[in-house]
Amino acid sequence: MPSTQKKLQFQDNVRGPGKVPVTLNVNGSSYTLEIEPRRTLLDALRFDLNMTGSKKVCGMGECGACTVLLDGKAIYSCLTLAVECEGNIILTIEGLAQGQNLDPIQKAFVDEEAFQCGFCTSGQIMSVKALLDTNPDPTPEEIRRAMSGNICRCGAYPNIFKAATKAAAAYRKQRPAKKNGGKHGETD
Amino acid sequence: MAKLIKSKLNWEGTTFERTSVVDDEEPAAWTANAQLNCVGKSHPRIDGFQRVTGLAKYTFDIKLPGMLYAHVLRSPYPHARIKQIDVSKADKFPGVRAVISSLNEAKIFNNVLQFAGDEVAALAADNDDIAEDAINLMEVEYEILPFNADAEPHLISGKLQERQIVAPLDGNPKIYRRGNIQKGFQEADVIVEETFRTQSALHNCLETHGAVASWNGDELTVWESTQSIYHVQKYLAEFFKLPLNKIRVICEYMGGGFGSKQSSGKWSVMAALLAREAGRPVQLMLTRKEENLVTGHRAPTIQRLRLGAKNDGTLTAIDLVAMVNVGANGSLARAVEGPYHSMYNCPNVQTELHSVFTNTGPHGSFRAPGYVEGAFPLESLLDELAKRLKIDPMEIRMKNYAFTDPTTGQNYSAKHLDKCYQRGAEIIGWGQRQSINNKSSILRHGYGMASQTWGGGGGPPAFAWVRLNSDGTAEVNLGSQDIGTGVKTVFAQIAAEELELELDQIVVHIGDTARGPFGPGSGGSMTVASVGPAVRQAAIDARRQLYEVVGGYFEVPADQLRIRKGNVYVLEETKPRMSLQNTIRQLGEFTIIGRGARGANRYGTAVTTFGAQFAEVEVNTITGEVKVQRLVAVHDVGRIMNPIGADGQVAGAVIQGIGYALTEERVIDHATGIILNPNLEDYVLPTALDVPSIDSSFIDDSDIDANGIGAKGLGEPPIIPTAPAIANAIAEAIGIRFLSLPITRAKIIEALQKTGSADGVYP
Repeated sequence: MPSTQKKLQFQDNVRGPGKVPVTLNVNGSSYTLEIEPRRTLLDALRFDLNMTGSKKVCGMGECGACTVLLDGKAIYSCLTLAVECEGNIILTIEGLAQGQNLDPIQKAFVDEEAFQCGFCTSGQIMSVKALLDTNPDPTPEEIRRAMSGNICRCGAYPNIFKAATKAAAAYRKQRPAKKNGGKHGETD
Repeated sequence: MAKLIKSKLNWEGTTFERTSVVDDEEPAAWTANAQLNCVGKSHPRIDGFQRVTGLAKYTFDIKLPGMLYAHVLRSPYPHARIKQIDVSKADKFPGVRAVISSLNEAKIFNNVLQFAGDEVAALAADNDDIAEDAINLMEVEYEILPFNADAEPHLISGKLQERQIVAPLDGNPKIYRRGNIQKGFQEADVIVEETFRTQSALHNCLETHGAVASWNGDELTVWESTQSIYHVQKYLAEFFKLPLNKIRVICEYMGGGFGSKQSSGKWSVMAALLAREAGRPVQLMLTRKEENLVTGHRAPTIQRLRLGAKNDGTLTAIDLVAMVNVGANGSLARAVEGPYHSMYNCPNVQTELHSVFTNTGPHGSFRAPGYVEGAFPLESLLDELAKRLKIDPMEIRMKNYAFTDPTTGQNYSAKHLDKCYQRGAEIIGWGQRQSINNKSSILRHGYGMASQTWGGGGGPPAFAWVRLNSDGTAEVNLGSQDIGTGVKTVFAQIAAEELELELDQIVVHIGDTARGPFGPGSGGSMTVASVGPAVRQAAIDARRQLYEVVGGYFEVPADQLRIRKGNVYVLEETKPRMSLQNTIRQLGEFTIIGRGARGANRYGTAVTTFGAQFAEVEVNTITGEVKVQRLVAVHDVGRIMNPIGADGQVAGAVIQGIGYALTEERVIDHATGIILNPNLEDYVLPTALDVPSIDSSFIDDSDIDANGIGAKGLGEPPIIPTAPAIANAIAEAIGIRFLSLPITRAKIIEALQKTGSADGVYP
């Protein structure tokens, strides 16, 4: 059945508000999208902006695979509506490396093999990023706490801790002037 | 030249013989002392860049022009008949492009639904939200049928008895007998018996099962998150009655599998049917909830175990009756009896394995399927036996050490379990451990250990092609897939070793039936041991051909050439003739293809992996919390190809084992037959806060009789002993023997309240 005919026949379902324009600032670029208000930030990134690095694993804020930074704070993008993010600075895994140059966190993840299948890795890296941006010299316990919202079913946690520690040292070397921002970047 | 041979294969605890195609004669195996430059050294993943930048494209990330998104309607009841189904409202919903149900695709949709989650219908729409909206517009009238979600009713007065089980799947249990079980118990000075229960555990791979299907005329391309692209290809070929050369299956990256993606499923067929109907590509990825209803799980078991032994600890009898709730898919129980047959040397063994059909989601393979379930009762009751006889747990295991394979009497190709015990004991301080517990202290400490056996020797058929390019670089083409363990890197190492190239001069293409030759599924801890020797042979073949050509250029016989660090030498000369790069430039454009195939396994030898783990736990007797403080894992799996990857696999298996021991359990409501925790909140996976100090090491000794590279499998062995080692440590800490998994806080608190301060058992 051709779709035009389907549309003519269709009458009896109300689907809520239609698409609205939203401007998102992602990885330093501005994008204007037409999306339904119910679209999550994660779906907007994946479906509308073709940034598939952030993953949907649970879609319910239980696993952390969709973690991105919103104004520097780690958030679950599956629990955030895209329309709420207008005017915020969004950083995703795609915005971390400069071309072929990996961010020190990414490099540490490769060197320490802080993953197995890699499906949770984007979220893990963004959580480390949020932590180190606010706490450049975290204790092992602070690292564990900061990573406790990111599930890794392959169990790469020990190497994730090593990578975070190594990346912290690299960050301190790279930007020694950076001051401790106070609150740690725990995923909430 | 291809030829047909017979080879024996140990697949997840079952040994059988099959014919396989191999190539030519195999090259001689690397000797134990071979000086290897690349293999055996730690190398980060060659695809690490893709995995840390979000560039790695998993099935979930595939986007094709015009691609539609599919959702599936599933049975809300554990057992029901579809009386009537009306899809018209969904069909007319704007943006819906294709609908399939038993009305138009009776071949895959059944009218009788066997479990809550069974497929009823599916549709594809312009986007995910529309598909989800539309699926709710399907109208189905169900006739609810009586159901059985539980194997427990099959128990006779609460106990499992021989040959009285009702409704086993095939009418008969699987029975194994060795020696004479009655005689074994007559000879025993002491007999111990308990009934154990293990839970259903969910894989919860982070990438759910799913597929993207795209038709080009009668040619079908499917991306699937699968452990076996060739298996999916065969499944689709049979369903659509298409020849293999019309079906291409791709899986370059996958987000975990743990056994659940070893089998094909209706998701790929539904995606392909919808794509055909809509004339557009379709992506069908399961939701987390669906993943936990339909894609398999570790089957729950009830195991009645009796052990007989002499006063010195020598086992005289092992008697097991096990009942496995296999759910609704019709596949039989995995090898739960395996450890009872082959872990220890006991002359009289009898096991009975009953597969019980229920109206629950189908079970499936889950990392060392069967052996994980079997190891818990065996290793637990062995400790109870040791306690009764006042023998140290390690001593009773050494007392019953199997020097030859107890099931066949054959020699092992290699076995260093004794060294695993010794080293593990040394690291954790087993001999020096002392009970610091006093019954009034809140925190109690305990140590426990357990052993492991598992196949993992690999076998044919497995093929590899190595391609040399006219700039001197190489590509390895394989029809295997990387489940996440890093085999791509290991294969690059093998090729680099034989081609005398640097690792970065090698690219490995995996996961594409159109690009790589047949490769086995990523299961049974077989990939490196099966495909690795094929890669090596292909690299040697390619090198031989290159040497022929280069020899021709220098007008010397090829066997006098040596290519080292990118330079061409003639054997006795110390100065290179030319760099390989320059030499190759003189050869013009060319492609050299080296072919390799895994050779046959030897007869008369058992190729097996072993290991031992030691756990130190702290139990809080007020809160019931168990903290695994330390876990020492020593495994014997032949040559370690890439130490950093091997350590990661052990840590991962141990962490999954901790979840299985303490928190993970699929919960079914017995009144409704519905799974109550198909999500990551209520199904409790280990997090960063649950990770102990893990000390992993290997008896890194090449098993030269196993295969050409001397390596055996590692993916599964290290999850086997973790839960029993923890259970044994808890028993030492608080004096209570838990007979069921997981050992939750609630169970610990209740057990402590029931037993007071006395030692005891808790069901």
